[in-house]
Formats: sequence, C-alpha cells, structure tokens
Amino acid sequence: MSTAPENQVDELATLREEIETLRQNLVDKNRQLQDLQAAQRATAAANNGANNGVPANFSTPHVNDLTKDEIERYSRQLILPGFGVTAQTKLRNSSFLIVGMGGLGCPSSQYLVAAGSGRIGLVDYDLVDRSNLHRQTLHTECTIGLPKVESAKSALLQINPNCEIITYKTLLNSGNALEIIKQYDVILDCTDNVVTRYMLNDACVLQHKPLVSGSALQFDGQLTVYHYGEICPCYRCLFPVPPPPQAVTNCGDGGVMGAITGVIGSMQALEAIKVATGVGETLAGRLLIFDGANGIFRNIKLRGRRSDCKVCSTNPMITQLIDYEFFCSMHASDDNQALQLLSPEERIDVRQYIDMRSEPHLLIDVRPPNEFEICRLPSSVNMPLKDVLDNKFVEEFQNELDDKKLPIILVCRRGNDSQIAAQHMCNKYPSHTIRDIVGGLYAWHYQIDNEFPIY
Amino acid sequence: MTNNDLNISLEFSAGAELLFGNIKKRQVTLKGEEKWTIRKLLKWMHANILTERPELFIQDESVRPGILVLINDTDWELLGELDYEIQPNDNILFISTLHGG
Ligand SMILES: [Zn+2]
Repeated sequence: MSTAPENQVDELATLREEIETLRQNLVDKNRQLQDLQAAQRATAAANNGANNGVPANFSTPHVNDLTKDEIERYSRQLILPGFGVTAQTKLRNSSFLIVGMGGLGCPSSQYLVAAGSGRIGLVDYDLVDRSNLHRQTLHTECTIGLPKVESAKSALLQINPNCEIITYKTLLNSGNALEIIKQYDVILDCTDNVVTRYMLNDACVLQHKPLVSGSALQFDGQLTVYHYGEICPCYRCLFPVPPPPQAVTNCGDGGVMGAITGVIGSMQALEAIKVATGVGETLAGRLLIFDGANGIFRNIKLRGRRSDCKVCSTNPMITQLIDYEFFCSMHASDDNQALQLLSPEERIDVRQYIDMRSEPHLLIDVRPPNEFEICRLPSSVNMPLKDVLDNKFVEEFQNELDDKKLPIILVCRRGNDSQIAAQHMCNKYPSHTIRDIVGGLYAWHYQIDNEFPIY
Repeated sequence: MTNNDLNISLEFSAGAELLFGNIKKRQVTLKGEEKWTIRKLLKWMHANILTERPELFIQDESVRPGILVLINDTDWELLGELDYEIQPNDNILFISTLHGG
C-alpha cells in the first residue's frame, strides 16, 4: 500500500505541527512541575517544626544560613576541607554570567548550578541545532529548534531548582553588554568568536568584573582568568591587535572534539567558583593550555598588566564600548559569511549544474579529504583548495585541461573556497570555461535533494 | 659540530604547527658565532622550516597578532620579546590563540 504524495505532504505537516505542540507542552509542564516543587518546598519549610505526629515538637536552632535541603545537597562540598560552610555560603550569594550556551557554556553552567550558585545569567541568541548535541550536553533531541538559553534553563533547573536562572536570548553587543554585565559578580567567556571576546573583555574592564575565559578548537583548549587582581592582564594586554581574519578558524569550519569543550568548560566553572569564594589560587596571570590529542597540560606564566593597555591601564583610550566588528574586521558570530569574490556570470547555481550534468564536464570538489569522505556529488573528484593553490591540478588534470572546451566546475561546502579555487584556475587558464557552484553542497541540499546530508 | 652550536627545542600548538609541516615538536641546532635572538630565530624559521603561508606567522619582523611566544613556559614579553638571547636547551613554544567554543 502506498500513500499518495499529497497525502504524505499533509501527514508531514501534521506531524511537524503535533511535535511542535508537544514540545511546547513539555516546556509548559516542566515549568509547572518546577513551580509546584518550589511551592511544596516552601510549604515543607513552613511546616518544618510544626507537628508531624511527634509528641513534643522540638525545633533545633540552625548554626548557619544553610537550609536542610542545601546541607543535604551540598554535603560533599561542605565536608570538603578548604571549602565548607563559608565557601558554600559565599557561592550561594554569588552571581555568574555565562556568555554563550554552547560547548563551553553547557558544562560550566551545569557545574555552577549544581554546586549551588545563587544566580546565573545565560546569554545566547541561537537555537539548538542537531550538530550542537555532540558537545552541548544540556540540550537534547527534544529541544532542537528551541532557544539555547531556554533549553539550558530547563535542564539546569532539573539539576538544581534552588538556583535563580535569568535568560537573555540576544547577541551580546556594545549596546546591551554593560547593562547586563553589571548585574553579575563573575563573567564567563564561553563565546565562539573574536569580536565578542574583545567586546566582553572591554565591558568587564569597564565594569571591574573578573573574566573567566575559555576557548576550544579541534583537540586543543585554552583557559585563563583576565582582569582579576592588581597585576593580572586583560585580554587586550595579551592581544592588543586582533588576529587577521584569515587566521581565525571556528568550530563550524575546523571541528571540535566534544570532550575538549567539556574539559575546558568544567574548568571554567572551577575557576569561577574559586574567584567567587576566594578558595585556592586562580589562573589569573597564567594561561592553561590543553593539548588533548597528546594528553598534555601546560601552565604558562603570563605578562602583567600592560602600562599602555588601551582599556585597563591607568590612562585608558577606551572608556566606553566601541564598534568591535569594525575593530576586528570580522563578524560577531561563527556563521559563515558569503564571500563575493566572483561576479555572477563567473558562477553557476545548482539548477544550472543539474542541466549540464548530461554533457561532458569535470567536477572538482575542493574540500579537505576528510570532508569529501562525509558526502559528495556523483562523479566529483577531490582536490583540496590548498593543492589547487599549489597548482597540483595542472599535472593531475593535464588531459582534461588539454581540452579547452571541457567545462570545469568547482564545488565546496558553502561556495566560498570554490570561488577562491575558480579565481586561481581562471588566472592560469583564462580561455577555459571554469565556474563554481553558488552555495556549494548547502545549496544542493536545500534546492535539489533534501536527503543529501549537510554538516 | 662546534662549541658554538645552540641546541634548542621548538614547539607548536593549537594550530600553529599547521604552518610548519604539521610537526608539533622538533629539536633544532642553530649555528654560528654570533648570539641568537628571537628576532634572528624568526628569520631562520622563515627560511628553513616555515612551509605554509608566511603571512600567517610573520608580520613586520615579529610574529603576527594572535600568536603567543612562550620561552620555557614563560610569556616572551617578560623576557625581552624579540631581543631575548636564546640559551642552550631553551624550549620555545609558538601557540595560536583559540576563539571557538
Ligand atoms: Zn589590559
């Protein structure tokens, strides 16, 4: 028995709608559950000491500010030498702002909330995507498509309903950063881009807040505390000039191992707890480097505060937040920006490519070999951009290049690298027909074949 | 090998190794009568072991913004940066800063 296509379409739409309703229902029910649990605890607390069938009701005086629930919940920290009631109470009276609810923000918020922080702010503008789940461990299959801050909040309240959690579904920027940051004691940089890192640094310096900064890519991680204490440098003291954009790789392009962000994010929570409670010695003035591929931690002694730092010196040039996208010549998100290297007539779209597939042509996929292994178009051959730029294609495709009429088509993941490759090859072979596919394999997925995987 | 040879180790981390044939650690011998500074070492690296896009490593005779130089696990800024005089068995680490999360 087969279903007619139009029925399938209807069924799909209905199912999607139902799932969306159920999702919303789940969020509502979770909220109700949390409210009820809170009310129940309040009643229990009020009744505590009232008669429970015990003849003489005896209320033992408390020796500290912690409730019975808190003592049970944090018992392993309370009996921990060097932490105890004093640090636990400080932690409960502390607030933390976590900027970025991704691979670093998930573990750091999880440990901060579980450990008994009083108040946590979560900042992220993005929605949960399936490609987040391997490392952003608070989000689940059920919260795909929801705002990350909401998904995280509901997961965190399941762990510890005592913590007050405030969400900001926004991109932190020069307009809102100071106002948000000033409401918190310790700030955690769990962001994914250079622009926000500079902005967050300056905002923390201007508001005199310590900044626990973590970062991760591939198998590597880095961690330090900025602007904490008299001699501790800020991010700008270390990096007065932003890196050239072409030297910056994000997790979406370079990849990242989930456990690496787990390690660094967990350590950010630890550093934040140390800053808030005064326990132990923080990483202020030191940089921790983690080479996860080889299992090596290194602890680097950093310079002190720069006397000519533009923001944290005694005579700062920056006294209010500036335009950080301009300063860095980059955008404040890890979304890939569409490159406009070639003119429209030097490119083809996926539909034009479909039409010319029956004619002889050479389709070169310029992605790295490991990405070529994930998925590819039929009859494509792989030559990574790097090799194209090294002119390895001249020898490899000697026969094809001999035929000036044979069209050469270049494709990549999103249509950026293919433009660089096409431009390079055109310069070398100006009389050949060399085109690249606009939007690359992403366009193929969206316009030709939905079942073709994108990553 | 003469008495003036200077044996040191160079290390690359967090992506900086990609510019140097993807080798994370190497022992090198610097030859010559004169003393070796980091400034001179960078020129030597450019000429001898830098395999990819030099502009992503060197800019205006120094390392490009976003690369930290660490000498025996200490920020080079505390040791004189380009003018630091390299000592026998020094460990010099070049690390790219990461921004992802
Ligand atoms: Zn500074």
